[in-house]
Amino acid sequence: MSPRGPTLADVLDGKQVVICAGSGGVGKTTTSAAIAAGLAARGLKVCVLTIDPAKRLADSLGLEELGNDARRVDPRIFEEQGIEITGELWAMMLDPKQTFDELIARQAPDEESRDRVLSNPIYQQISGALAGSQEYMAMEKLFELHTEGDYDMLVLDTPPSRNALDFLEAPGRLTQFIEGKSLKVFMKPTGFAAKVAGRGATVALSVMKRIVGFDLIADLAEFFNAFSGMVDGFQARAKRVNKLLAAPTTCFLVVCGPQGEPIDEAVYFHRKLVEAKLPFGGVIVNKVHYPAEQLRGDVDDLPATLAEKLGDGDLARRVASNFADYQALAERDARNIEHLAREMRATGVIRVPYLDEDVHDLAGLAQINRYLFATGEERVAMAAGRA
Amino acid sequence: MIVTGKGGVGKTTVSVALGMRAAAEGKRTIVCEVAAQENASRMFEHTTVGFHEIELEENLWAISIDPDESMREYVLLQLKVRAMRDLLFRSRIFNYLAAATPGLKELVTIGKIWELAQLDRKVKSGSKYDTVIVDAPATGHGVGFLQTPRTFANIARVGPIHSQAKTLDNFITDHDNTGVAIVALPEEMPVNESAALERDLVEEVGVAVDRVYLNGLYPERFSKAEAEKLTALAAEDGAPKAAARAALSEFGRARSQRAQLARLRRRVQAPVKTLPFLFEPDLGPEAARRLSRRLS
Repeated sequence: MSPRGPTLADVLDGKQVVICAGSGGVGKTTTSAAIAAGLAARGLKVCVLTIDPAKRLADSLGLEELGNDARRVDPRIFEEQGIEITGELWAMMLDPKQTFDELIARQAPDEESRDRVLSNPIYQQISGALAGSQEYMAMEKLFELHTEGDYDMLVLDTPPSRNALDFLEAPGRLTQFIEGKSLKVFMKPTGFAAKVAGRGATVALSVMKRIVGFDLIADLAEFFNAFSGMVDGFQARAKRVNKLLAAPTTCFLVVCGPQGEPIDEAVYFHRKLVEAKLPFGGVIVNKVHYPAEQLRGDVDDLPATLAEKLGDGDLARRVASNFADYQALAERDARNIEHLAREMRATGVIRVPYLDEDVHDLAGLAQINRYLFATGEERVAMAAGRA
Repeated sequence: MIVTGKGGVGKTTVSVALGMRAAAEGKRTIVCEVAAQENASRMFEHTTVGFHEIELEENLWAISIDPDESMREYVLLQLKVRAMRDLLFRSRIFNYLAAATPGLKELVTIGKIWELAQLDRKVKSGSKYDTVIVDAPATGHGVGFLQTPRTFANIARVGPIHSQAKTLDNFITDHDNTGVAIVALPEEMPVNESAALERDLVEEVGVAVDRVYLNGLYPERFSKAEAEKLTALAAEDGAPKAAARAALSEFGRARSQRAQLARLRRRVQAPVKTLPFLFEPDLGPEAARRLSRRLS
């Protein structure tokens, strides 16, 4: 452990699952891929999962397309970037609809029940289009790979939800819906069920029919009936998924940017993780403006000094004002990160600098990788070298 | 006007700036936030934007659309008889369905946006707005969000939900009255994603994409000849070195951003409008106002 706190390698030591979480636009996908590559370079067999529909991971890995099955990434493409993959790097992009279909096929007691669900119009809509199913399927695939794959480490790039927490609640929420326990009693209010449900429920149902229309209720009834043989399986699975998320071998990394809004969201997300008793590993702040090295000499004289050196007063003024703008951003970032570290009581915040080059290819990914796995001192030195 | 784009591109700032612009033109304008983000609250200090319409400035209003509140309001408007409403709100089955149905939150959120845009407001004491600006959820979900009405219209083939979902879908895809603006950043992947987003919005959802805003464009402060001069200075020591490096970094970014701007213009159909990067640590209403002057 370095004096500046644990490095990423320390944090991930002994883990089997890493979940990168955070709001959108903070570089989660690239970070996830860089972590996976870094671990594969340390000799592990790693699989990185993304469900980003924008195919960003495929872009990052220089792959044409990732399928719903994990594919091995050619280690040679990393060699060119100075990263030697001594282990194995696998990658997959999740197709939520296909994953859902596979899950149904697995849970269905027979082919007839399977087809009944797959052809149900409500199922077809929720499995593909609706928000929430993506998150649930990401968890589902993670669990599947964990139980069935023989990877040393799984890295999950969580969906770009507005609310970073959606995916934590997704398995429970969707299972609850499929379960439809309280509904089923009312669907066929005959005999014993009707007596239990009572008159109030029957009236409530008729009021609802007025609002939503009878067909929808009938379709829902059919939907729940189709699922009836699978409810126990879904419940058991959701429990095991939740257990995996809370396991000591799982680690949540919060990824954010240095601006006020992403920092606040990271703080909020950390609090929720702690409340949910989920294993928080650390925080990665991307695109940080590092302050320039300790300045020697009087900065107030900067325009004059620059003018003298450049022999161009106008250019000197523009250089000085650009520098002041940059320093102001660096100070803001430092303030925000300090606040973040305090709120999270985090010992080591991993800061990745705002690189001159836009990060979108393997070279960028390799650069991020070097910052992520460096010790605190190494990072500062690297940033100073290029600042 | 629905403002969309991937996360972290400045949708809220652009939404508020668009709102200010419309308000300055004398239009009664409301900026709607969804999914309880309250980003506008952050911009306007000492102001909490909740599920009620509040006036931020002259002609400029804001609301944060809470799905649970929207659902409640919807039911209140549907059921005029108090006893029936009470029955429904107390009913386990209703609360269960309201909480568990995927996509319902998005549907009632769009329903509320529709209500705000009506000339004849359904809500008692609601007065009409000339312009409604929606700070939409980040994409990934953005297209899904806008598709929700059609999804529901398909699930509920007949009945009130079907016809209301259909109304909302028509509202979103009404090219004369509803437009979508995409906010992008001048970087490789955001440009790719914005082009893909425009295609999905037009082809799958059927909305009109009116404009793409390229946000955060660095100024071109230095010429190529000046950059060469600065390269020599960057090799020296002390404060001038750090300043020269910062200038070179700016030069490089401004240039690569111009290349991305050109790519964006080639790849999207809608006209592209650039917005400058704001070199200030925290973006408040004044920053949005300056941006609003750049909008047309």
